[in-house]
Amino acid sequence: MQRRTFLATAAGGMATALAGCTDNSDGNESHDAEILDETLTLTTTTSTYDTGLLDEINVAFQERYGARVEAVAQGTGAALETARNGDSDVVMVHARELEDEFIRGGYGVNRRDLMFNDFVVVGPDDDPAGIDGMDEVTTAFETIADTESVFVSRGDNSGTHAKELSIWDESPTEPGGEWYREAGSGMGEVLNQASQSGAYALADRGTFISMQAEIELDIRVEGPIEGGPELLENPYGIVAVNPGVHDHVNYDLAMAYIGFLTSLEGQQLIEEYTVEGEQLFFPEAVSDDPNFQQYVPEDWSSTTD
Amino acid sequence: MIGASAALPPFAAALEAGWSVLFVDFPFERHYVESIIYVSLYVSLTAVVLSTLFSLPVAMLVGFSDFPGKGFVVAVINTGMGFPSVVVGLVVLFAVSSQGPLGAFDLVFTREAMIMSQFVLATPVITGVSLAAVTSVEQGVRDAAYAMGGTRLDVALVTIKEARYGIVTGILAGLGRAISEVGSVLIVGGNIAGPEGHSVTRTLTTAIQLEARQGRFELALILGAILVTLVLLINGVVLRLGGGRI
Repeated sequence: MQRRTFLATAAGGMATALAGCTDNSDGNESHDAEILDETLTLTTTTSTYDTGLLDEINVAFQERYGARVEAVAQGTGAALETARNGDSDVVMVHARELEDEFIRGGYGVNRRDLMFNDFVVVGPDDDPAGIDGMDEVTTAFETIADTESVFVSRGDNSGTHAKELSIWDESPTEPGGEWYREAGSGMGEVLNQASQSGAYALADRGTFISMQAEIELDIRVEGPIEGGPELLENPYGIVAVNPGVHDHVNYDLAMAYIGFLTSLEGQQLIEEYTVEGEQLFFPEAVSDDPNFQQYVPEDWSSTTD
Repeated sequence: MIGASAALPPFAAALEAGWSVLFVDFPFERHYVESIIYVSLYVSLTAVVLSTLFSLPVAMLVGFSDFPGKGFVVAVINTGMGFPSVVVGLVVLFAVSSQGPLGAFDLVFTREAMIMSQFVLATPVITGVSLAAVTSVEQGVRDAAYAMGGTRLDVALVTIKEARYGIVTGILAGLGRAISEVGSVLIVGGNIAGPEGHSVTRTLTTAIQLEARQGRFELALILGAILVTLVLLINGVVLRLGGGRI
Protein backbone atom coordinates (compact mmCIF):
# COMPACT_ATOMS: atom_id res chain seq x y z
CA MET A 1 0.00 0.00 0.00
CA GLN A 2 1.21 3.46 -0.83
CA ARG A 3 2.32 5.55 2.09
CA ARG A 4 -0.21 8.28 1.31
CA THR A 5 -3.17 5.94 1.11
CA PHE A 6 -1.97 4.28 4.25
CA LEU A 7 -1.79 7.49 6.26
CA ALA A 8 -5.16 8.58 4.99
CA THR A 9 -6.59 5.23 6.03
CA ALA A 10 -5.16 5.49 9.51
CA ALA A 11 -6.48 9.02 9.91
CA GLY A 12 -9.88 7.87 8.73
CA GLY A 13 -9.88 5.19 11.40
CA MET A 14 -9.42 7.73 14.13
CA ALA A 15 -12.28 9.81 12.84
CA THR A 16 -14.51 6.75 12.83
CA ALA A 17 -13.77 6.13 16.47
CA LEU A 18 -15.40 9.45 17.14
CA ALA A 19 -18.36 8.56 14.97
CA GLY A 20 -18.75 5.26 16.75
CA CYS A 21 -19.04 7.07 20.04
CA THR A 22 -21.66 9.52 18.95
CA ASP A 23 -24.26 7.61 17.03
CA ASN A 24 -26.02 4.33 16.68
CA SER A 25 -24.91 2.87 19.97
CA ASP A 26 -28.16 0.94 20.21
CA GLY A 27 -27.14 -1.34 17.35
CA ASN A 28 -26.31 -4.14 19.71
CA GLU A 29 -29.49 -4.31 21.68
CA SER A 30 -31.69 -4.39 18.63
CA HIS A 31 -29.69 -7.29 17.31
CA ASP A 32 -29.78 -9.34 20.45
CA ALA A 33 -33.54 -9.01 20.52
CA GLU A 34 -33.97 -10.88 17.22
CA ILE A 35 -31.92 -13.83 18.27
CA LEU A 36 -33.29 -16.80 20.10
CA ASP A 37 -31.71 -17.87 23.32
CA GLU A 38 -30.09 -20.94 21.89
CA THR A 39 -26.52 -20.71 20.79
CA LEU A 40 -24.32 -23.37 19.33
CA THR A 41 -20.63 -23.21 20.14
CA LEU A 42 -18.53 -24.43 17.25
CA THR A 43 -14.80 -24.84 17.58
CA THR A 44 -13.06 -24.99 14.28
CA THR A 45 -9.84 -24.46 12.44
CA THR A 46 -8.51 -21.11 11.40
CA SER A 47 -8.69 -22.20 7.74
CA THR A 48 -12.49 -22.47 7.59
CA TYR A 49 -12.80 -19.27 9.58
CA ASP A 50 -10.27 -17.05 7.84
CA THR A 51 -11.54 -17.89 4.37
CA GLY A 52 -14.97 -16.49 5.30
CA LEU A 53 -16.81 -19.73 4.51
CA LEU A 54 -18.22 -20.03 8.01
CA ASP A 55 -19.81 -16.61 7.92
CA GLU A 56 -21.68 -17.66 4.81
CA ILE A 57 -22.86 -20.99 6.22
CA ASN A 58 -23.73 -19.65 9.63
CA VAL A 59 -25.90 -16.85 8.32
CA ALA A 60 -27.92 -19.42 6.37
CA PHE A 61 -28.16 -21.70 9.41
CA GLN A 62 -29.29 -18.84 11.57
CA GLU A 63 -31.97 -17.88 9.08
CA ARG A 64 -33.24 -21.44 9.00
CA TYR A 65 -33.13 -22.28 12.70
CA GLY A 66 -33.07 -18.91 14.44
CA ALA A 67 -30.19 -20.12 16.55
CA ARG A 68 -26.88 -18.38 16.67
CA VAL A 69 -23.59 -20.11 15.92
CA GLU A 70 -20.65 -18.89 17.94
CA ALA A 71 -17.54 -19.93 16.09
CA VAL A 72 -14.22 -20.06 17.90
CA ALA A 73 -11.28 -20.43 15.54
CA GLN A 74 -8.47 -22.32 17.24
CA GLY A 75 -6.64 -24.79 15.06
CA THR A 76 -7.50 -28.48 14.95
CA GLY A 77 -5.61 -29.60 18.07
CA ALA A 78 -7.00 -26.86 20.30
CA ALA A 79 -10.49 -27.16 18.80
CA LEU A 80 -10.63 -30.85 19.68
CA GLU A 81 -9.20 -30.21 23.14
CA THR A 82 -11.84 -27.56 23.84
CA ALA A 83 -14.52 -30.02 22.71
CA ARG A 84 -12.98 -32.73 24.87
CA ASN A 85 -13.46 -30.44 27.86
CA GLY A 86 -17.10 -29.99 26.90
CA ASP A 87 -16.67 -26.32 26.10
CA SER A 88 -18.07 -26.61 22.60
CA ASP A 89 -21.00 -28.46 21.07
CA VAL A 90 -19.59 -29.36 17.68
CA VAL A 91 -16.17 -29.37 16.02
CA MET A 92 -15.23 -28.90 12.37
CA VAL A 93 -11.64 -29.92 11.73
CA HIS A 94 -9.32 -31.47 9.17
CA ALA A 95 -7.04 -34.07 10.67
CA ARG A 96 -8.55 -37.53 10.38
CA GLU A 97 -6.17 -39.18 12.82
CA LEU A 98 -6.90 -36.64 15.54
CA GLU A 99 -10.63 -36.90 14.85
CA ASP A 100 -10.41 -40.68 15.14
CA GLU A 101 -8.60 -40.35 18.45
CA PHE A 102 -11.30 -37.95 19.64
CA ILE A 103 -14.05 -40.41 18.68
CA ARG A 104 -12.21 -43.43 20.09
CA GLY A 105 -11.89 -41.57 23.38
CA GLY A 106 -15.67 -41.37 23.45
CA TYR A 107 -15.81 -37.59 23.21
CA GLY A 108 -17.28 -37.33 19.73
CA VAL A 109 -20.23 -38.97 17.99
CA ASN A 110 -21.80 -38.93 14.54
CA ARG A 111 -18.84 -37.84 12.50
CA ARG A 112 -19.58 -36.88 8.91
CA ASP A 113 -17.33 -36.14 5.98
CA LEU A 114 -18.15 -32.57 5.07
CA MET A 115 -15.99 -31.25 2.28
CA PHE A 116 -12.45 -31.24 1.03
CA ASN A 117 -9.89 -29.07 -0.56
CA ASP A 118 -6.18 -29.59 -0.79
CA PHE A 119 -2.83 -28.43 0.44
CA VAL A 120 -0.25 -26.74 -1.72
CA VAL A 121 3.42 -26.05 -1.20
CA VAL A 122 4.00 -22.34 -1.61
CA GLY A 123 7.29 -20.58 -2.05
CA PRO A 124 8.96 -17.34 -3.12
CA ASP A 125 9.34 -16.05 -6.68
CA ASP A 126 12.96 -17.07 -7.16
CA ASP A 127 12.27 -20.63 -5.95
CA PRO A 128 15.72 -21.19 -4.35
CA ALA A 129 15.19 -24.92 -3.92
CA GLY A 130 13.98 -25.32 -7.50
CA ILE A 131 10.90 -27.38 -6.64
CA ASP A 132 8.50 -25.67 -9.02
CA GLY A 133 6.10 -28.08 -10.65
CA MET A 134 7.35 -31.21 -8.90
CA ASP A 135 4.90 -34.12 -9.02
CA GLU A 136 5.80 -35.61 -5.67
CA VAL A 137 5.51 -33.52 -2.55
CA THR A 138 7.90 -35.83 -0.70
CA THR A 139 10.59 -35.11 -3.29
CA ALA A 140 9.89 -31.40 -2.96
CA PHE A 141 10.27 -31.57 0.82
CA GLU A 142 13.47 -33.59 0.42
CA THR A 143 14.85 -30.97 -1.96
CA ILE A 144 13.97 -28.15 0.43
CA ALA A 145 15.79 -30.00 3.21
CA ASP A 146 18.81 -30.82 1.03
CA THR A 147 19.20 -27.24 -0.16
CA GLU A 148 18.46 -25.98 3.36
CA SER A 149 15.95 -23.49 1.98
CA VAL A 150 13.96 -21.73 4.67
CA PHE A 151 10.71 -23.51 5.49
CA VAL A 152 8.12 -22.09 7.89
CA SER A 153 6.11 -24.69 9.75
CA ARG A 154 2.86 -24.06 11.59
CA GLY A 155 4.23 -25.83 14.65
CA ASP A 156 0.89 -25.44 16.41
CA ASN A 157 -0.63 -28.92 16.38
CA SER A 158 -3.14 -27.85 13.72
CA GLY A 159 -4.49 -29.99 10.92
CA THR A 160 -2.05 -28.42 8.49
CA HIS A 161 0.82 -29.06 10.90
CA ALA A 162 -0.25 -32.70 11.25
CA LYS A 163 -0.30 -33.01 7.46
CA GLU A 164 3.12 -31.42 7.17
CA LEU A 165 4.59 -33.82 9.71
CA SER A 166 3.09 -36.79 7.90
CA ILE A 167 4.73 -35.61 4.66
CA TRP A 168 8.10 -35.32 6.41
CA ASP A 169 7.52 -38.85 7.70
CA GLU A 170 7.06 -40.10 4.15
CA SER A 171 10.09 -38.28 2.80
CA PRO A 172 13.60 -39.58 3.40
CA THR A 173 14.79 -36.43 5.22
CA GLU A 174 14.00 -35.06 8.61
CA PRO A 175 13.20 -31.40 9.22
CA GLY A 176 15.50 -29.55 11.57
CA GLY A 177 18.30 -27.04 11.65
CA GLU A 178 18.51 -23.34 11.00
CA TRP A 179 16.36 -23.44 7.87
CA TYR A 180 13.36 -25.07 9.56
CA ARG A 181 11.31 -22.56 11.53
CA GLU A 182 8.39 -23.49 13.74
CA ALA A 183 6.16 -20.44 13.89
CA GLY A 184 3.68 -21.78 16.42
CA SER A 185 0.88 -19.73 14.90
CA GLY A 186 -2.04 -19.75 12.50
CA MET A 187 -2.00 -20.23 8.74
CA GLY A 188 -2.28 -16.53 8.00
CA GLU A 189 0.65 -15.63 10.23
CA VAL A 190 2.76 -18.40 8.74
CA LEU A 191 2.01 -17.23 5.19
CA ASN A 192 2.93 -13.69 6.17
CA GLN A 193 6.10 -14.87 7.77
CA ALA A 194 7.05 -17.02 4.78
CA SER A 195 6.29 -14.13 2.45
CA GLN A 196 8.46 -11.74 4.46
CA SER A 197 11.41 -14.09 4.68
CA GLY A 198 11.20 -15.67 1.22
CA ALA A 199 10.46 -19.09 2.63
CA TYR A 200 8.49 -22.18 1.69
CA ALA A 201 5.43 -23.33 3.57
CA LEU A 202 2.68 -25.89 3.40
CA ALA A 203 -0.66 -24.11 3.13
CA ASP A 204 -4.25 -25.07 2.61
CA ARG A 205 -5.38 -23.80 -0.74
CA GLY A 206 -8.33 -21.89 0.74
CA THR A 207 -6.32 -19.68 3.06
CA PHE A 208 -3.66 -19.21 0.39
CA ILE A 209 -6.18 -18.01 -2.19
CA SER A 210 -7.91 -15.71 0.25
CA MET A 211 -4.55 -14.12 1.15
CA GLN A 212 -2.89 -14.28 -2.25
CA ALA A 213 -3.26 -10.56 -2.89
CA GLU A 214 -1.47 -9.69 0.34
CA ILE A 215 1.59 -11.90 0.06
CA GLU A 216 4.44 -12.60 -2.34
CA LEU A 217 4.25 -16.35 -2.62
CA ASP A 218 3.26 -18.68 -5.43
CA ILE A 219 2.14 -22.26 -5.57
CA ARG A 220 5.16 -24.48 -6.21
CA VAL A 221 3.64 -27.91 -5.80
CA GLU A 222 -0.04 -28.35 -6.62
CA GLY A 223 -2.50 -30.42 -4.63
CA PRO A 224 -4.88 -33.08 -6.01
CA ILE A 225 -7.50 -30.52 -7.09
CA GLU A 226 -5.08 -29.37 -9.78
CA GLY A 227 -3.72 -32.83 -10.47
CA GLY A 228 -1.13 -32.96 -7.69
CA PRO A 229 -0.38 -35.92 -5.39
CA GLU A 230 -3.13 -37.52 -3.31
CA LEU A 231 -1.00 -37.03 -0.23
CA LEU A 232 -1.95 -33.35 -0.30
CA GLU A 233 -5.69 -33.89 -0.03
CA ASN A 234 -7.38 -32.07 2.82
CA PRO A 235 -10.68 -33.56 3.96
CA TYR A 236 -12.81 -31.76 6.54
CA GLY A 237 -15.00 -33.58 9.00
CA ILE A 238 -17.63 -32.45 11.46
CA VAL A 239 -18.25 -34.18 14.77
CA ALA A 240 -20.83 -33.63 17.52
CA VAL A 241 -19.61 -33.68 21.10
CA ASN A 242 -20.92 -36.78 22.87
CA PRO A 243 -23.80 -35.73 25.16
CA GLY A 244 -23.22 -38.95 27.10
CA VAL A 245 -19.91 -37.57 28.31
CA HIS A 246 -20.88 -33.91 28.61
CA ASP A 247 -24.58 -33.74 29.34
CA HIS A 248 -24.69 -29.94 29.13
CA VAL A 249 -23.74 -29.71 25.46
CA ASN A 250 -26.42 -28.63 23.01
CA TYR A 251 -26.60 -31.93 21.17
CA ASP A 252 -29.88 -31.30 19.34
CA LEU A 253 -28.60 -28.08 17.87
CA ALA A 254 -25.23 -29.66 17.06
CA MET A 255 -27.01 -32.36 15.07
CA ALA A 256 -29.22 -29.77 13.39
CA TYR A 257 -26.03 -27.98 12.34
CA ILE A 258 -24.42 -31.15 11.05
CA GLY A 259 -27.66 -32.01 9.28
CA PHE A 260 -27.84 -28.58 7.68
CA LEU A 261 -24.22 -28.58 6.53
CA THR A 262 -24.52 -32.06 5.04
CA SER A 263 -27.86 -31.32 3.37
CA LEU A 264 -28.19 -30.44 -0.29
CA GLU A 265 -28.65 -26.81 0.71
CA GLY A 266 -25.58 -26.69 2.95
CA GLN A 267 -23.47 -28.55 0.42
CA GLN A 268 -24.56 -26.17 -2.29
CA LEU A 269 -23.50 -23.20 -0.15
CA ILE A 270 -20.07 -24.78 0.20
CA GLU A 271 -19.91 -25.51 -3.52
CA GLU A 272 -20.83 -21.96 -4.44
CA TYR A 273 -18.53 -20.17 -2.03
CA THR A 274 -15.77 -18.44 -3.93
CA VAL A 275 -13.00 -15.99 -3.16
CA GLU A 276 -11.64 -13.97 -6.06
CA GLY A 277 -13.53 -16.23 -8.41
CA GLU A 278 -12.03 -19.46 -7.12
CA GLN A 279 -13.94 -22.23 -5.41
CA LEU A 280 -12.27 -22.97 -2.07
CA PHE A 281 -14.05 -26.05 -0.76
CA PHE A 282 -15.55 -29.07 -2.49
CA PRO A 283 -18.56 -30.66 -0.79
CA GLU A 284 -18.51 -34.41 -0.30
CA ALA A 285 -21.21 -35.20 2.24
CA VAL A 286 -23.89 -35.98 -0.30
CA SER A 287 -23.02 -38.76 -2.67
CA ASP A 288 -24.72 -41.72 -4.29
CA ASP A 289 -21.82 -43.76 -3.04
CA PRO A 290 -21.58 -43.00 0.67
CA ASN A 291 -18.41 -43.90 2.47
CA PHE A 292 -19.38 -45.87 5.56
CA GLN A 293 -15.90 -45.52 6.95
CA GLN A 294 -16.61 -41.88 7.73
CA TYR A 295 -18.75 -42.70 10.76
CA VAL A 296 -16.11 -44.64 12.67
CA PRO A 297 -12.38 -44.28 13.17
CA GLU A 298 -10.29 -45.71 10.38
CA ASP A 299 -9.30 -49.34 10.82
CA TRP A 300 -11.99 -49.61 13.43
CA SER A 301 -13.15 -52.96 14.61
CA SER A 302 -15.60 -53.58 17.43
CA THR A 303 -13.47 -56.37 18.84
CA THR A 304 -10.21 -54.48 19.30
CA ASP A 305 -11.33 -51.70 21.60
CA MET B 1 -18.73 -0.87 2.97
CA ILE B 2 -20.45 2.08 4.42
CA GLY B 3 -23.47 2.90 2.34
CA ALA B 4 -24.85 6.42 2.17
CA SER B 5 -27.90 6.55 4.35
CA ALA B 6 -30.44 9.25 5.01
CA ALA B 7 -30.68 8.19 8.64
CA LEU B 8 -27.15 9.24 9.47
CA PRO B 9 -26.73 12.05 11.94
CA PRO B 10 -25.10 15.18 10.52
CA PHE B 11 -21.73 14.46 12.09
CA ALA B 12 -21.55 11.00 10.60
CA ALA B 13 -22.79 12.32 7.27
CA ALA B 14 -20.01 14.89 7.31
CA LEU B 15 -17.55 12.13 8.07
CA GLU B 16 -18.88 10.15 5.19
CA ALA B 17 -18.32 13.05 2.87
CA GLY B 18 -14.86 13.19 4.40
CA TRP B 19 -14.10 9.64 3.29
CA SER B 20 -14.33 10.53 -0.37
CA VAL B 21 -12.12 13.58 0.16
CA LEU B 22 -9.52 11.37 1.79
CA PHE B 23 -9.89 8.72 -0.96
CA VAL B 24 -10.50 6.21 1.76
CA ASP B 25 -12.83 3.35 1.09
CA PHE B 26 -13.63 2.45 4.67
CA PRO B 27 -13.31 -1.31 4.63
CA PHE B 28 -15.53 -2.33 7.55
CA GLU B 29 -19.24 -2.52 8.15
CA ARG B 30 -20.04 0.33 10.53
CA HIS B 31 -22.18 -1.96 12.59
CA TYR B 32 -19.31 -4.43 12.94
CA VAL B 33 -16.86 -1.82 14.20
CA GLU B 34 -19.44 -0.25 16.49
CA SER B 35 -20.29 -3.54 18.12
CA ILE B 36 -16.61 -4.33 18.64
CA ILE B 37 -16.11 -0.94 20.27
CA TYR B 38 -19.19 -1.56 22.36
CA VAL B 39 -17.91 -4.95 23.58
CA SER B 40 -14.45 -3.54 24.29
CA LEU B 41 -15.90 -0.72 26.36
CA TYR B 42 -18.56 -2.84 28.05
CA VAL B 43 -16.10 -5.49 29.19
CA SER B 44 -13.31 -3.14 30.24
CA LEU B 45 -15.48 -0.55 31.96
CA THR B 46 -17.46 -3.19 33.86
CA ALA B 47 -14.26 -4.86 34.98
CA VAL B 48 -12.75 -1.55 36.05
CA VAL B 49 -15.87 -0.45 37.97
CA LEU B 50 -15.99 -3.77 39.84
CA SER B 51 -12.28 -3.63 40.37
CA THR B 52 -12.46 -0.09 41.76
CA LEU B 53 -15.23 -1.09 44.19
CA PHE B 54 -12.97 -3.87 45.40
CA SER B 55 -9.65 -2.06 45.28
CA LEU B 56 -10.44 1.14 47.18
CA PRO B 57 -11.52 -0.53 50.45
CA VAL B 58 -8.55 -2.88 50.19
CA ALA B 59 -6.18 0.05 49.64
CA MET B 60 -7.69 1.88 52.64
CA LEU B 61 -7.50 -1.18 54.86
CA VAL B 62 -3.96 -2.04 53.92
CA GLY B 63 -2.88 1.60 53.98
CA PHE B 64 -4.21 2.47 57.43
CA SER B 65 -3.72 -0.59 59.49
CA ASP B 66 -0.75 -2.46 60.77
CA PHE B 67 -0.77 -6.19 60.75
CA PRO B 68 1.79 -8.95 60.51
CA GLY B 69 2.62 -9.70 56.90
CA LYS B 70 1.60 -6.26 55.64
CA GLY B 71 4.85 -5.95 53.71
CA PHE B 72 4.09 -9.24 52.02
CA VAL B 73 0.58 -8.13 51.00
CA VAL B 74 1.99 -4.93 49.49
CA ALA B 75 4.61 -6.96 47.64
CA VAL B 76 1.89 -9.26 46.25
CA ILE B 77 -0.13 -6.28 45.05
CA ASN B 78 2.89 -4.73 43.38
CA THR B 79 3.84 -8.01 41.74
CA GLY B 80 0.28 -8.40 40.48
CA MET B 81 0.60 -5.17 38.52
CA GLY B 82 2.96 -6.85 36.11
CA PHE B 83 1.31 -10.24 36.01
CA PRO B 84 1.35 -11.68 32.47
CA SER B 85 -2.12 -11.52 30.97
CA VAL B 86 -1.98 -14.82 29.09
CA VAL B 87 -1.33 -16.60 32.37
CA VAL B 88 -4.36 -14.87 33.87
CA GLY B 89 -6.32 -15.95 30.80
CA LEU B 90 -5.24 -19.56 31.21
CA VAL B 91 -6.13 -19.63 34.90
CA VAL B 92 -9.53 -18.06 34.26
CA LEU B 93 -10.10 -20.51 31.39
CA PHE B 94 -9.43 -23.42 33.73
CA ALA B 95 -11.79 -21.90 36.27
CA VAL B 96 -14.69 -21.36 33.87
CA SER B 97 -14.21 -24.40 31.64
CA SER B 98 -17.03 -26.88 32.04
CA GLN B 99 -14.57 -29.14 33.87
CA GLY B 100 -13.42 -26.32 36.15
CA PRO B 101 -14.74 -25.16 39.53
CA LEU B 102 -17.07 -22.59 37.92
CA GLY B 103 -18.03 -24.94 35.08
CA ALA B 104 -21.67 -25.10 36.14
CA PHE B 105 -22.16 -21.42 35.29
CA ASP B 106 -21.37 -21.98 31.62
CA LEU B 107 -19.08 -18.97 31.39
CA VAL B 108 -16.49 -20.08 28.88
CA PHE B 109 -16.41 -17.91 25.72
CA THR B 110 -18.62 -15.23 27.28
CA ARG B 111 -18.20 -11.56 28.12
CA GLU B 112 -18.52 -12.45 31.80
CA ALA B 113 -15.39 -14.60 31.58
CA MET B 114 -13.59 -11.72 29.88
CA ILE B 115 -14.70 -9.38 32.66
CA MET B 116 -13.31 -11.84 35.20
CA SER B 117 -9.90 -11.94 33.59
CA GLN B 118 -9.77 -8.17 33.19
CA PHE B 119 -10.84 -7.77 36.80
CA VAL B 120 -7.89 -9.91 37.84
CA LEU B 121 -5.59 -7.82 35.66
CA ALA B 122 -6.86 -4.38 36.66
CA THR B 123 -7.27 -4.94 40.40
CA PRO B 124 -3.58 -5.00 41.40
CA VAL B 125 -2.94 -1.87 39.34
CA ILE B 126 -5.81 0.09 40.87
CA THR B 127 -5.11 -1.23 44.36
CA GLY B 128 -1.38 -0.58 44.12
CA VAL B 129 -1.59 2.98 42.81
CA SER B 130 -4.44 3.87 45.19
CA LEU B 131 -2.48 2.43 48.09
CA ALA B 132 0.48 4.60 47.24
CA ALA B 133 -1.84 7.60 46.98
CA VAL B 134 -3.67 7.12 50.26
CA THR B 135 -0.53 6.34 52.26
CA SER B 136 1.02 9.54 50.99
CA VAL B 137 -1.82 11.62 52.44
CA GLU B 138 -0.32 13.44 55.38
CA GLN B 139 -1.00 12.05 58.81
CA GLY B 140 -2.03 15.55 59.89
CA VAL B 141 -5.06 15.51 57.59
CA ARG B 142 -6.37 12.34 59.20
CA ASP B 143 -5.59 13.60 62.69
CA ALA B 144 -7.54 16.76 61.97
CA ALA B 145 -10.53 14.74 60.75
CA TYR B 146 -10.45 12.69 63.96
CA ALA B 147 -10.06 15.77 66.06
CA MET B 148 -13.17 17.29 64.51
CA GLY B 149 -15.13 14.28 65.71
CA GLY B 150 -15.18 12.34 62.46
CA THR B 151 -16.06 8.66 62.40
CA ARG B 152 -13.75 6.17 60.71
CA LEU B 153 -15.85 6.50 57.56
CA ASP B 154 -15.49 10.29 57.59
CA VAL B 155 -11.75 9.96 57.96
CA ALA B 156 -11.66 7.51 55.08
CA LEU B 157 -13.68 9.86 52.87
CA VAL B 158 -11.43 12.77 53.71
CA THR B 159 -8.40 10.66 52.87
CA ILE B 160 -9.91 9.55 49.55
CA LYS B 161 -10.67 13.17 48.76
CA GLU B 162 -7.09 14.17 49.46
CA ALA B 163 -5.73 11.23 47.48
CA ARG B 164 -8.19 11.59 44.59
CA TYR B 165 -5.67 12.49 41.94
CA GLY B 166 -3.60 9.40 42.64
CA ILE B 167 -6.70 7.20 42.82
CA VAL B 168 -8.02 8.47 39.47
CA THR B 169 -4.59 7.85 37.98
CA GLY B 170 -4.77 4.30 39.31
CA ILE B 171 -8.23 3.72 37.85
CA LEU B 172 -7.15 5.07 34.45
CA ALA B 173 -4.06 2.88 34.55
CA GLY B 174 -6.28 -0.11 35.38
CA LEU B 175 -8.58 0.75 32.49
CA GLY B 176 -5.60 1.07 30.18
CA ARG B 177 -4.42 -2.36 31.24
CA ALA B 178 -7.88 -3.85 30.72
CA ILE B 179 -8.83 -2.33 27.38
CA SER B 180 -5.49 -2.79 25.66
CA GLU B 181 -5.05 -6.36 26.77
CA VAL B 182 -5.30 -9.16 24.19
CA GLY B 183 -3.88 -12.40 25.60
CA SER B 184 -6.45 -13.29 28.20
CA VAL B 185 -9.59 -12.06 26.42
CA LEU B 186 -8.61 -14.08 23.37
CA ILE B 187 -8.27 -17.23 25.46
CA VAL B 188 -11.37 -16.91 27.61
CA GLY B 189 -13.57 -15.01 25.14
CA GLY B 190 -12.75 -16.88 21.95
CA ASN B 191 -12.90 -13.78 19.71
CA ILE B 192 -16.46 -14.59 18.62
CA ALA B 193 -18.40 -12.47 16.16
CA GLY B 194 -21.84 -13.43 14.96
CA PRO B 195 -22.24 -14.42 11.31
CA GLU B 196 -24.11 -11.23 10.52
CA GLY B 197 -21.12 -9.28 11.75
CA HIS B 198 -21.80 -8.25 15.29
CA SER B 199 -19.39 -8.87 18.07
CA VAL B 200 -20.16 -11.36 20.81
CA THR B 201 -16.78 -11.53 22.50
CA ARG B 202 -14.63 -9.76 19.94
CA THR B 203 -12.82 -6.71 21.24
CA LEU B 204 -10.68 -4.18 19.42
CA THR B 205 -7.53 -5.98 20.49
CA THR B 206 -8.66 -9.45 19.40
CA ALA B 207 -10.02 -8.01 16.15
CA ILE B 208 -6.60 -6.48 15.52
CA GLN B 209 -5.01 -9.84 16.18
CA LEU B 210 -7.43 -11.49 13.73
CA GLU B 211 -6.79 -8.96 10.96
CA ALA B 212 -3.03 -9.24 11.46
CA ARG B 213 -3.28 -13.03 11.28
CA GLN B 214 -5.03 -12.73 7.94
CA GLY B 215 -2.38 -10.36 6.64
CA ARG B 216 -4.68 -7.36 6.49
CA PHE B 217 -2.28 -5.08 8.30
CA GLU B 218 -3.90 -1.85 7.11
CA LEU B 219 -7.23 -2.85 8.62
CA ALA B 220 -5.46 -3.92 11.79
CA LEU B 221 -3.86 -0.49 11.97
CA ILE B 222 -7.19 1.25 11.49
CA LEU B 223 -8.60 -0.70 14.43
CA GLY B 224 -5.43 0.13 16.35
CA ALA B 225 -5.98 3.82 15.67
CA ILE B 226 -9.56 3.49 16.93
CA LEU B 227 -8.32 1.80 20.11
CA VAL B 228 -5.67 4.43 20.78
CA THR B 229 -8.20 7.18 20.13
CA LEU B 230 -10.66 5.60 22.54
CA VAL B 231 -8.08 5.38 25.31
CA LEU B 232 -7.05 8.99 24.72
CA LEU B 233 -10.68 10.09 24.71
CA ILE B 234 -11.49 8.34 27.96
CA ASN B 235 -8.43 9.78 29.65
CA GLY B 236 -9.23 13.20 28.27
CA VAL B 237 -12.85 13.07 29.39
CA VAL B 238 -11.95 11.90 32.89
CA LEU B 239 -9.29 14.55 33.34
CA ARG B 240 -11.52 17.21 31.81
CA LEU B 241 -14.41 16.34 34.10
CA GLY B 242 -12.01 16.85 36.94
CA GLY B 243 -11.20 20.22 35.40
CA GLY B 244 -7.61 19.59 36.39
CA ARG B 245 -8.86 19.81 39.95
CA ILE B 246 -9.60 16.18 40.61
